[in-house]
Amino acid sequence: MKVALRIWRQRDASDRGGFVRYQMRDLAPDTTVLEALDDLNEWLVGRGEPPVAFDSDCREGICGACGIVVDGRPHGPVPGTTTCLLPLRAFRDGATITLEPFRTGVFPVVRDLVVDRSALDRVVQAGGYVSVRTGSAPDAGALPVARDAAERALDAAACIGCGACVAACPNGAVSLFVGAKLTHLAALPQGQPERARRTQGLVAAADHEGFGGCTLHGECQAACPKHIDLDVIARLNRDYLTAALARWWGHA
Amino acid sequence: MMLRDVAPAGPLAARWQRRRSELELVGPTRRRQHQVIVVGAGLAGASAAATLGELGYRVRCLTFHDSPRRAHSVAAQGGINAARDAANDGDSVERLFHDTLEGGDFRSRESNVYRLAELSARIIDQAVAQGVPFAREYGGHLATRSFGGALVSRTFYARGQTGQQLLLGAYQALAKEVAAGGVTVLARREMLDLIVVDGRARGVIARDLVSGALEAHVADAVVLATGGYANVYFLSTNAKASNATAIWRAHRRGAAFANPGFVQFHPTCLPAAGEQQAKLTLMSESLRNDARLWVPRRPGDARRPEAIPEAERDYFLERRYPRYGNLVPRDLGSRAAKTVCDEGHGVGSGGRAVYLDLRDAAARVGAGVLRERYGNLFELYRHITGDDPLEIPMRVAPAAHYTMGGLWVDYDLMSTIPGLFVIGEANFSDQGANRLGASALMQGLADGYFILPCTLAGYLAGARLAPVAEDGAEATAARAEVRARLEKLLALSGRRTASDFHRALGRVLWDACGLERSRDGLAKAIDEVAALREAFWDDVTVPGGPGELNQELERAGRVADFLELGELMCRDALAREESCGCHFRVEHQTPEGEARRDDDGFAHVAVWMPGAAGRGPQSLLEPLRFETLALRERLYR
Repeated sequence: MKVALRIWRQRDASDRGGFVRYQMRDLAPDTTVLEALDDLNEWLVGRGEPPVAFDSDCREGICGACGIVVDGRPHGPVPGTTTCLLPLRAFRDGATITLEPFRTGVFPVVRDLVVDRSALDRVVQAGGYVSVRTGSAPDAGALPVARDAAERALDAAACIGCGACVAACPNGAVSLFVGAKLTHLAALPQGQPERARRTQGLVAAADHEGFGGCTLHGECQAACPKHIDLDVIARLNRDYLTAALARWWGHA
Repeated sequence: MMLRDVAPAGPLAARWQRRRSELELVGPTRRRQHQVIVVGAGLAGASAAATLGELGYRVRCLTFHDSPRRAHSVAAQGGINAARDAANDGDSVERLFHDTLEGGDFRSRESNVYRLAELSARIIDQAVAQGVPFAREYGGHLATRSFGGALVSRTFYARGQTGQQLLLGAYQALAKEVAAGGVTVLARREMLDLIVVDGRARGVIARDLVSGALEAHVADAVVLATGGYANVYFLSTNAKASNATAIWRAHRRGAAFANPGFVQFHPTCLPAAGEQQAKLTLMSESLRNDARLWVPRRPGDARRPEAIPEAERDYFLERRYPRYGNLVPRDLGSRAAKTVCDEGHGVGSGGRAVYLDLRDAAARVGAGVLRERYGNLFELYRHITGDDPLEIPMRVAPAAHYTMGGLWVDYDLMSTIPGLFVIGEANFSDQGANRLGASALMQGLADGYFILPCTLAGYLAGARLAPVAEDGAEATAARAEVRARLEKLLALSGRRTASDFHRALGRVLWDACGLERSRDGLAKAIDEVAALREAFWDDVTVPGGPGELNQELERAGRVADFLELGELMCRDALAREESCGCHFRVEHQTPEGEARRDDDGFAHVAVWMPGAAGRGPQSLLEPLRFETLALRERLYR
């Protein structure tokens, strides 16, 4: 296939940046967009030019490192896939494919297609865990967990932390990510003791980081490579309200 | 130099408890005065850093990723072994010990393997308490499945994303300690050298990958948890950035390297498809619970798989290993696949693949059940190939996957440099010449949660450590060396890319030091790798500068280290004149084509010390003693 890549080049955070168009050589339709970038980069390096910087690692859709806005959509036009698994066959022969970094104020551009998503780590640090010390865990066999609960928890825990939900959201909200973490732990008995505290902690941290407010556009769900459902935001809102009411009544 | 494994004597089952009570403790107030550096944030690194933080140490955890949650442990699919006898099928600590030691073809230490089996059950306790959503039976109890090299069902799992879920458990434990203030995570930092002061590991030189700044981080002890080096082959199932630089730089500073030639080839990976292919993708071993591997009986049979009748299919694993069938260990599975392909039965482009067929299982339990068990694997397969494996059998082929070799450590997981600990895949300790499926997660977490926190305390309690400054003589010298090397890479302005050299190295190693090795092939490869290395330092090109985000500079540095490690792997494989586990020397095989061990000559760990300047590496041996299990030929037939 003959495609051209129109890529956002930006030297560092202070550079204004702009698009550069590269005509690619003939590539097999199974080539992924990132493999096409590899190919371009090797050509650039061979000419002594700086390659296009982009994050990627596992190349099988699980590490969450890659994240590029492809033709205006985080992770591109194929639903339920990460950029690393996006093949050229998803585009027409002769297409010009536009690659940009995730655009949201909370993820500053580091270089080219690389952004800083450390805000997501800081949100998790605000309580996205179960406080259990190593060695103090009880016998795992003593705690039955309903199969449906475990499956629901895993559906939510499938989040790879790529940040596509934030990039897709017109408000730059992080509710799908936060809702996924809260739903994962709230679905399990282990997550109950800290449930209210966790909900309030994560929501406050997301506000503090400057993520936007959720108005349920649903763009996040459409962009999520792991099919995380909008339901997790409903659960987030319910738990947040419950926690706030409990605090108001002095129960928490 | 004498290598001491420091494992206590006495009954195997009592050794770890005995060692724990021998080791001195560090009191809670003194722990706050000790700084520890953990390099790597995968299962081993994150679990160690979190646990050390809980204990009160001041911990800096370095990762080259933008977040600790990206570490390659995240990609482990199938599961984690634990001796809990959850299936009431006769499992026990002894049996897991036995299976792991035998799976490793008797080239690992009894003491270490027993301890691993002993701790396995507690890992599940810990993970469940953290909220890891393991698969459950309808009654709410933990589900298990089987993996290769075992006749029991002891593998706990979370669909085909067990590594991700366990890593998130460890990552969240780490997040908890970051919030508590004891642990600092330094993301986008790559360790490029080890700081050694008075013979002890006292810190690392790390490059800030965004600004390019070289930082000296000093500490009382350094823990390497930087994973394996299967990417030396260029194409492997490892993530793109996985590399050997941290352990190789430590080796160059004096940490011995053990069994570098022991590399696992995983039999069920998606075959290489084209020049642009960046990496190979694994299809979990757990599929072999339900799938059957076969090739057409007639060489070169080009019919579609569904058109080939039952009688014309060769279920080669079931034929060759009737007792274990499709659940043989990976070394046997990979070699059997290679054999049938070499005989002309392979399928797919180039004829290097075999079929992994779920048809019979779908008929037995239904497609819905299979999608529940392996749904995300099917989806991954469909994304890559465009096919649904329930309609068309998967095509799979062996690929480099895991390295049993690594830095040598004693029973306390300490390397030959005092104060330098090595955990997880980065060390050599527990997997012998072949790792069983679902044992890597077990080892990484046993090391990080339970073993290292005890043994590190023992070291710190007994060590007299003078203060070390970030601008001390040794740190300054190490930083200057790192800077000089980076500047040299940038100044070469040659004609070939680092990836080009990496690809060439991969081809040499795949042919000579892959699934089969021979004396002549290895001897030739040693020269070829040396020539490539020379050409690299003459003709590589790296654009850009040192003071910026420069991914090509990162890559070139890693390839430079692979070019040194690759030679050592060949030397190790050449010196081991026997076949064992993954290491199959064509000169040493039985009439049936199985590995022939030489227990009189080679029941040892091959340990390599860096040679003095201009000299080759120096070889040492650590003899392996088998007191509990009698050495015997592996019985999978």
